[in-house]
Amino acid sequence: MATSLSLRAGLVSLGLLLAFLLTWQIAVSGTGKTEAMDPEYAALMGASATTGKSAMPGPLDVGATMWKHLKDPFYDWGPNDKGLGIQLAYSIGRVALGYGLAVIVAIPIGFLIGMSPLMGRALDPFIQLLKPVSPLAWMPLALYTIKDSGLSAIFVIFICSLWPMLINTAFGVAGTRREWLNVARTLEVGPFRRAVTVILPAAAPTILTGMRISIGIAWLVIVAAEMLVGGTGIGYFVWNEWNNLSITNVITSILVIGLVGMILDQLLAQAQRLVTFPE
Amino acid sequence: MTALLPFRSKSSDKTGDARMSSQTMPSSEKFISIEGIARRYPAPGGKSTTVFENLWLPMRRGEFVCMIGHSGCGKTTVLNILAGLEAPSEGVVIADGQAIEGTSLDRAVIFQGHALLPWRTVLGNVAYAVASRWRKAPRAEVEARARKAISTVGLAGSEHKRPSELSGGMKQRVGIARALAIEPKILLMDEPFSALDALTRGTLQDEVRRICVETGQTVFMITHDVDESIYLADRIVLMTNGPQAKVAEIVENPLPKVRDRTQLHHAPGYYALRNHLMDFLVSRSKTLRDAMPAGYDQRHPPVIRPSLSEADATALSADAPPARRA
Repeated sequence: MATSLSLRAGLVSLGLLLAFLLTWQIAVSGTGKTEAMDPEYAALMGASATTGKSAMPGPLDVGATMWKHLKDPFYDWGPNDKGLGIQLAYSIGRVALGYGLAVIVAIPIGFLIGMSPLMGRALDPFIQLLKPVSPLAWMPLALYTIKDSGLSAIFVIFICSLWPMLINTAFGVAGTRREWLNVARTLEVGPFRRAVTVILPAAAPTILTGMRISIGIAWLVIVAAEMLVGGTGIGYFVWNEWNNLSITNVITSILVIGLVGMILDQLLAQAQRLVTFPE
Repeated sequence: MTALLPFRSKSSDKTGDARMSSQTMPSSEKFISIEGIARRYPAPGGKSTTVFENLWLPMRRGEFVCMIGHSGCGKTTVLNILAGLEAPSEGVVIADGQAIEGTSLDRAVIFQGHALLPWRTVLGNVAYAVASRWRKAPRAEVEARARKAISTVGLAGSEHKRPSELSGGMKQRVGIARALAIEPKILLMDEPFSALDALTRGTLQDEVRRICVETGQTVFMITHDVDESIYLADRIVLMTNGPQAKVAEIVENPLPKVRDRTQLHHAPGYYALRNHLMDFLVSRSKTLRDAMPAGYDQRHPPVIRPSLSEADATALSADAPPARRA
């Protein structure tokens, strides 16, 4: 067989996708039984009661909606009708801010914990206690203290991104090989230069692992946070479309959320590859 | 015949003893002076394990000293104390007139596992050391010095390779280049060749010997390879087994400075020396720990020079080349 593994895997994926779409199409295209009813009551009951057609959209409907969003992603027709691109941009902006803040805080503190056993032990109870708290549990406190729903969402992203980066940085820093540190010591390298030239490159793969876990969690949490705070963002969009009973738009958003999450993860995977050194 | 001849202890006669005393010893005789150091580790039950204590050892400038002993005798600890990586529990080490307090660029270490930074290239690793030594040196000078050190160990052309692309021997060459590049006063080597195959080890021993003889480098090296110590060392320090290890004796290598590794075993005095060292490792390292001979003074460990067989003596006095090939 000359065909490569990846080609065959691709063919299988495509087959599975087609089978899924076909099943989906068949499942939603049938008509259920209809009852004769008062026309005014029928109008209240909607299409599924009168024609027997399922309210669940088929793949063709979703495809058409996606195409519509893709054609014009940045329209803005008031607070309840913005293009998918704008909503995504809001979400990505919040994640970037919260995540960026978390990087700025977590990596230095992680260094401190990793380099100083005293600080490591002193901070450990706090980390252990706060780490398992669901980031959304912070939301009321954030809303009360910050008094701004947009900033509160950013804070929640910050809190949920913090822990994996903090713990991985500390772990990577503490795991720097003793012999590399001894090299720096025999060369009389000062603490700052040692941190930048020895510990940071040595811990970088572990730190990037933490950053990759964090971005995944941040992207999970932003949808839930935006459902709560409302206004803008992809999470708000999903909830709004649920209220509009537009299942087509909900399915479209699910796909788009997945796609963006995948891209964010791949970006960090690429960065991780850059800092990984072979031994 | 040679092999069976006993050794004559220098310190047993009064003149030899006087020569070793600190008052009469010229400063070049004590370029490095280990003075009564001890190393203790806490042991379970509130007690402490003494690896060694009251250890005294002088080293001369430009001398190549090898330390031999079994695992656990504290060889590496002595080296780490010399490097400043560890502090002695007691005592002091004086190097070039100054007590050692922490690490110094004057004392370069060649680590057992090369300890190269894997994210840097060969040039980057050596340049890192050079830039640490001469902080304000311009980039071009740093690179020039690094390149020179790399070519000294025969790695010119591999400057831009990463350690992962190098063989074990080449990695250790980079380690040597890194240590030499900072022009240290003292070179400390912790079993630098133990992880290498025999062929590579031989080549690297040649290189190290050549470089050290050419530059007059003072070297302290730990090894458990008797032949390596005979080939490289001017003096060989024998440690008894630990814990409570002691410097049993300091053996002066009777072989001339110019040595050929391949012909070494034909050199006069070689077997006498080798057998003495082997005997020590096999049995005396243990018996001496339990009971030192009368008159043993930790402050002045006996200095021993193998007495030569008649054939050896004539060979040497005739000023014959040490190795047949030469």
